[in-house]
Amino acid sequence: MQLVDKDQVSKSLGGRLFFNKFMKVLFLLCTMVGLVVLVTLIVDTVLDGWDHLTWDFLTSFSSSRPESAGIYGAIIGSIWLMAVTAPVAIILSVGTALYLEEYAPKNKITNFITVNISNLAGVPSVVFGLLGLTIFVRQLSLGNSVMAAGLTLALMIMPVIVVASQEAIRAVPGSVREASTGMGATKWQTVSRIILPAAIPGIITGIILALSRAIGETAPLVVIGVPVSLLVTPNSVFDTFQALPMQIYNWVKMPQEEFQYLTAAGIIILLLILFLMNSVAIFIRNKYSKRF
Amino acid sequence: MKKSMFLSALLMGIMFILAACGGGNASDPTGEEDSSGEASGETGGSIVGDGSSTVFPIMEIINEEFNAEHDMAAEIGVSGTGAGFERFTAGETDFQNASRDIKEEEVAALEEAGIEYTEFLVGTDGLTVAVSQENDFVDSLTFDELYSIYSGEAESWSDVRDDFPDEPIKAYGPDQSHGTHDFFKEEVMNDEDVQGELIQDTNQVVSSVTSDPNSIGFFGYSFYLNNEDALKAVPVQGPDSEEAIEPTDETVQSYDYPLSRPLYVYAKNESLENNEDFRTFMEFTLENAASAAEETGYVALPEEDYQEQIDQLP
Repeated sequence: MQLVDKDQVSKSLGGRLFFNKFMKVLFLLCTMVGLVVLVTLIVDTVLDGWDHLTWDFLTSFSSSRPESAGIYGAIIGSIWLMAVTAPVAIILSVGTALYLEEYAPKNKITNFITVNISNLAGVPSVVFGLLGLTIFVRQLSLGNSVMAAGLTLALMIMPVIVVASQEAIRAVPGSVREASTGMGATKWQTVSRIILPAAIPGIITGIILALSRAIGETAPLVVIGVPVSLLVTPNSVFDTFQALPMQIYNWVKMPQEEFQYLTAAGIIILLLILFLMNSVAIFIRNKYSKRF
Repeated sequence: MKKSMFLSALLMGIMFILAACGGGNASDPTGEEDSSGEASGETGGSIVGDGSSTVFPIMEIINEEFNAEHDMAAEIGVSGTGAGFERFTAGETDFQNASRDIKEEEVAALEEAGIEYTEFLVGTDGLTVAVSQENDFVDSLTFDELYSIYSGEAESWSDVRDDFPDEPIKAYGPDQSHGTHDFFKEEVMNDEDVQGELIQDTNQVVSSVTSDPNSIGFFGYSFYLNNEDALKAVPVQGPDSEEAIEPTDETVQSYDYPLSRPLYVYAKNESLENNEDFRTFMEFTLENAASAAEETGYVALPEEDYQEQIDQLP
């Protein structure tokens, strides 16, 4: 008795194999579209900006004269900004995620909060700028300081980190949790020694995504009123500052052609800082990954 | 394991570079930021401005010169004329750059907030209507013809004027976020909406116009000056004028060119009176506005106008 009808199989085999190959190529093309665009963009930017990446460019302040314009104030300002945004956003978000996953009772209210946090991730950044302007700049009289802008951006990126952290915490195996409790550990001991270390790789991925968004954000800073011409760097978080994306945005709009090259050079610097931030995060992630 | 060693080495390297960067600047002659920050802290007289992105380049150049000479600097934003007036009304800024006249609502809001101000002129811009250099038929346009192009009434050039070829018009302009757009809408369109492709980045307007002989666009004078070899400025005939006038430094300055517009700086009187640094800054601004305006592609006022305004300072 023949279990497989060989004629039948050989008839449809060619078509199935072809379809299989076709899908593989299709998915490859999907990957390539994004990649090719990205590479083109980076190559184009680097070619335009490379010659303008001089020591003078890195160490002088912004200017409306292209030959003397630099990015020093903007680099320092953006670093200050991230120094406020990153810790505030991380502490608030991870705290929120821990509460929602570990402590909060599983009821409708918790569910409602979770849904709303996810929705917040979709709110346009200008709206967060307006919120920052009303609350931090005016109500709390922080002015257009590093603090006001940093807190605004921290609120803006919070939802992304919260959602990623929740996923990561949820993925920690229940058996580990139970083992810890069984050994007599308190909730806090379980959270700090078992759950957080295990969830850190996932949390960091969220942080990378969120901070990358924050450092390139222009709209909320425009609304807050961050200056573009400022010939000093901040001495404290209550001083005003310049920011890289705003500097780049301002140069794009200038009529002189040389500013287009400076724009490219500025983008390279922004990408470098982004790359540095992400490598720090990846370094931490690798240190903690594969614990279970 | 090796990977993490590499990463930590990389990190160390970055730290060094950043440290060197900061250290190098402290001994750098341009690194006067610390002393100036302290200086303004002592007198309590920081100088804050915001407003039009059109006026910004003029003020940025003045600010640099001011910093070089007086060892202190203003803080200047570019949130746009409208948003800038909001900050000016809220009392957050000492001066406000504007690429158009102050609106009635803004006057009322300032009055309500109890903020008195003085209007200063720093330069003149000529809103330039331009076509590609390859366009060989447009030699002048009247306000009515511009209206028909930007209201969407005319679809081909032959609808604008009979002896123009029957080619479709592609009309470009800066979008609503620009004072330039508002000015054109008010002057040429009688406050009706501007139809056509409105673009946020003015450089894109320029490149769209240069790449197509059947296109037309408008933008600030400086954009024309910087692309003179690819653009042809169209002489414009105003509603109560007999002839079409080309934008040049002279015609813009004299306002013979019908689309000339003033560039303003509005200064808060209270700051002028009580903040010695700000008064010095405004005086410096008026003394240097002519050269700064010309350097950034705008047109200076006649010299005596600046002197007259300096005399107005308290």
